[in-house]
Amino acid sequence: MAKLNMVQALTLAMDQEMERDPAVVLLGEDIGPDEGVFRVTAGLWQKYGDERVIDTPLAESAIVGTSIGMAFAGLRPVGEIQFSGFSMLMVAQLEAYASRTRSRTFGRWTAPIVIRMPYGGGVRAMEHHSESREATFAHFPGVKVVIPSSPRNARALLAAAIRDDDPVVFMEPKRSYRAFKEEVPDEPELIPIGRAQVVQEGADLTVISWGAMMRPTLEAVEMVQLERGASIEVIDLLTLAPLDHTTFVESVKKTGRCVVVQEAPRNLGIASEVIALLNEGAFFHLEAPIRRVTNYDVITPYFGRELMYIPSVGRIKRGIEETLDT
Amino acid sequence: MPQKEILQFSVSRLEILDAEGNLDADLDPRLPDEKLLALYRGMKVGRAADARMLNLQRQGRIGTFAPCTGQEAVSCAAALAMSENDWFVGAFRELGGRLMRNEPFWQYLVYHNGFEEGNAGHESGRTLPFSVIVAAQTLHAAGVAYAMKYKNEKAAVVVFFGDGATSEGDFHEALNFASVYKLPVVFVCQNNGWAISIPREKQTNSRSLAQKALAYDIPTVQIDGNDALAVYREVRRAIERGYEGQGPSFIEAETYRLLMHTTADDPRKYRTDDEVECAWKNCPLVRFKRYLEDRGIWNDEREAALDESIKQEIDEQVRIFESRRDFKNDALFDNVYSTRHAIIEEQRAMFHENLTLERHNG
Ligand SMILES: Cc1ncc(C[n+]2csc(CCOP(=O)(O)OP(=O)(O)O)c2C)c(N)n1
Ligand SMILES: [Mg+2]
Repeated sequence: MAKLNMVQALTLAMDQEMERDPAVVLLGEDIGPDEGVFRVTAGLWQKYGDERVIDTPLAESAIVGTSIGMAFAGLRPVGEIQFSGFSMLMVAQLEAYASRTRSRTFGRWTAPIVIRMPYGGGVRAMEHHSESREATFAHFPGVKVVIPSSPRNARALLAAAIRDDDPVVFMEPKRSYRAFKEEVPDEPELIPIGRAQVVQEGADLTVISWGAMMRPTLEAVEMVQLERGASIEVIDLLTLAPLDHTTFVESVKKTGRCVVVQEAPRNLGIASEVIALLNEGAFFHLEAPIRRVTNYDVITPYFGRELMYIPSVGRIKRGIEETLDT
Repeated sequence: MPQKEILQFSVSRLEILDAEGNLDADLDPRLPDEKLLALYRGMKVGRAADARMLNLQRQGRIGTFAPCTGQEAVSCAAALAMSENDWFVGAFRELGGRLMRNEPFWQYLVYHNGFEEGNAGHESGRTLPFSVIVAAQTLHAAGVAYAMKYKNEKAAVVVFFGDGATSEGDFHEALNFASVYKLPVVFVCQNNGWAISIPREKQTNSRSLAQKALAYDIPTVQIDGNDALAVYREVRRAIERGYEGQGPSFIEAETYRLLMHTTADDPRKYRTDDEVECAWKNCPLVRFKRYLEDRGIWNDEREAALDESIKQEIDEQVRIFESRRDFKNDALFDNVYSTRHAIIEEQRAMFHENLTLERHNG
C-alpha cells in the first residue's frame, strides 16, 4: 500500500501490465526520456527500453493507426495522445477501423488498443488543451470510453482497459492528476469496465458524475448533507460507454430525484443520455425533473474565463438543492 | 531490359552570413540600410519581447507560452521580405515576425493571458492567428493561396511550421495540394532541432527536411536559419516565384530553440547544457550586428539607444495590456454562431444567473 497521486497510479498500472504481459507496448509523443509531458510514463522507458516505450514522430493518426496494426498482429498497444485536443486528428482511424473491426469481421480480427489522453480544464492550459469530448468518442459504437476519478480507480481501470479485448479510449482528468493522493494497493487490482460505482449510499437524491467533476460534486454533496441533513446517493460512472444504466436506474428508482454533473458542453452530452435512460427506466419513480449541471454550448473557453464556465461547487450545490426542493 | 535511372534529385544548402560574421558578398541581397536597420530592430524587439514574456509568466501575469529566442532571423527576415498583401500564416514561434507585421504586442499578451480577445488581430492584417494544432495551418496556407490565385491577386502566402510538423499528415497533404495547383505558397520549416523532447534525427530518417518537398516536385533549399540574409533572399525569391505563377517553394531554415519548448517544459530532461551553450554561439543577432558594424552603419552608441527605445516600447505595450480590463464574462456566447439562437441565449441567461448567485454566495 502506498499513497499515490493519479499520475503515479497510472504509471504503476502500466508498469505492472508491462511486467505481466510482454505484448503490452506504449507509444506516443515525448513518452520516452521526457516521460510524457505530465510524467505519466515516468521510469518506463528507462526500465523497458525503446522497443516497448516508443517515442513516436509527431502524428496522432499514426499513433492510433499503427496501434491498430500492432493489435491485429497480437500486441497490446497503449497509445498516448498528448492532450485530448489533438485526438481529433486520429478520429478517422478510431471510427473507421478500431471501432468496427470486430463487427465487420465477426470477431476474426479485433483491435484491443488503449488510447490514453489527458482531458478537461481548470489548469490554465493553452488553447486546445482543455476540452471534454468524451461524448464524441462514446458516440462511436464499439469504442469503450473510461474516465477515472481517483488514483486508486485510475490504476484499476487502466489495468482493466489494457486487458480488455476492445478499443478503449481512456480519458484522464488532468485537473485531478496531482490534486490529491490515495492509498493504492501494491498488488494489481482491476475494476471491471462497464460498471458504475456507488460512491456513497443515500435515500433522498442521486447525484451522478464522472472524472474531474467528482471532487466538486462530493464537496457540494457534503455541504448539502451537513446543512440540510439530506441523505444523498453518489454514483461515479467510471465507464461512459457502454453505460451501466442498471446501477443508476435502480438508484433513482429508490431516491426519486437526480442531478447529473458534467464538465462538457450541455448539448448531446453523457448527461443527456443518462437522463434519457432514466426516463425509460425510472420515470414513474421520479418526484422531480432531473437536473443537469453542465458547461455551456460554447467553444471551450481559453483559461482567462474557464472557471466561470466549468460547473463549480456552488452551481452543483444549487442544482442539488433545487432538485430537493421541487 | 536494363534498369535505367529516370530521375535525379539533390538538395543544396545556402549560407550568406556565417556565425563568425563572414559574408559571401556575391550572395548578399544588398538590402538598403533602412531595411537592414528595420530587420535588426525587428529581431531585437522579438528577443526583448520574449524575455519580457518570460518575466511576466514567472510572475503569473500571463500563462504558458512558447518562447522564440534564437529563432528571430526566420520570421523577422521573412516578414521583411513580404509585402503587406502577402499572407503571414504562423504556428506559435514567430513572435518577432508577427510584431514586424504590426501585430500589437499587448494583444499577444492578452492572448497569452487566456483571453480570446488577443486573437482579434488588427484591422486589415493578412496575418492569421496562432495555430496550436501542429501542421494544421499548412493546409490553410494552401487554401488561402488557392483563393489568391482564383482572385488573380498578386499575393503569396508564407507559412511557418516546425521540424516536428513535417511528420503530420496535414503537412504532406498541404505540399501536395499546393504543388498540384501550382499555388503561391512559401513553406518555411523552422527546423529548430527539437519537437519538445524529440530530436530532429528521431523525428524523421530523412537526411534533410528540405528533401521532403522533392517528393512533390517543389523547389527546395536548406539554409542557415540564423542567417537573416539567407532567409531574406530565399523567401523573397520564393515569393517572386509565387507571383509569377511558378507554384510553391520550400525552405528548410536550420535554427535552434535556445529556451524551453514552452514554459511548462524542462529541457534538461532531454538535452545537455553543452549543446545549448554551443547553440548560443550561433545566435542570429550577434552576427547580424557585426555585419551592420562592418558596413559602418552601427556602433555601441546606436545599440544603446536602440535598446532604450525598445525597452520603452515594450513597457508601453505591457502597460496597455495591463490596463485592459474590459473583457466580457459572457463573450464566449457572442461568437458561437454568426447569428443568435434562442437555445444559446437561454444558456447565456443561465450563465449570468449562475455568476450572480456565485458572487452573492461568496
Ligand atoms: C496536432 C498536435 N499534436 C501535438 C501537439 C503538442 N505539441 C505542441 S508543439 C509540439 C512539438 C512541435 O515541434 P515542431 O513542429 O518542431 O515545432 P517547435 O515546437 O519546435 O517550434 C507538440 C508535440 C500539438 N500542439 N498539436
Ligand atoms: Mg522544432
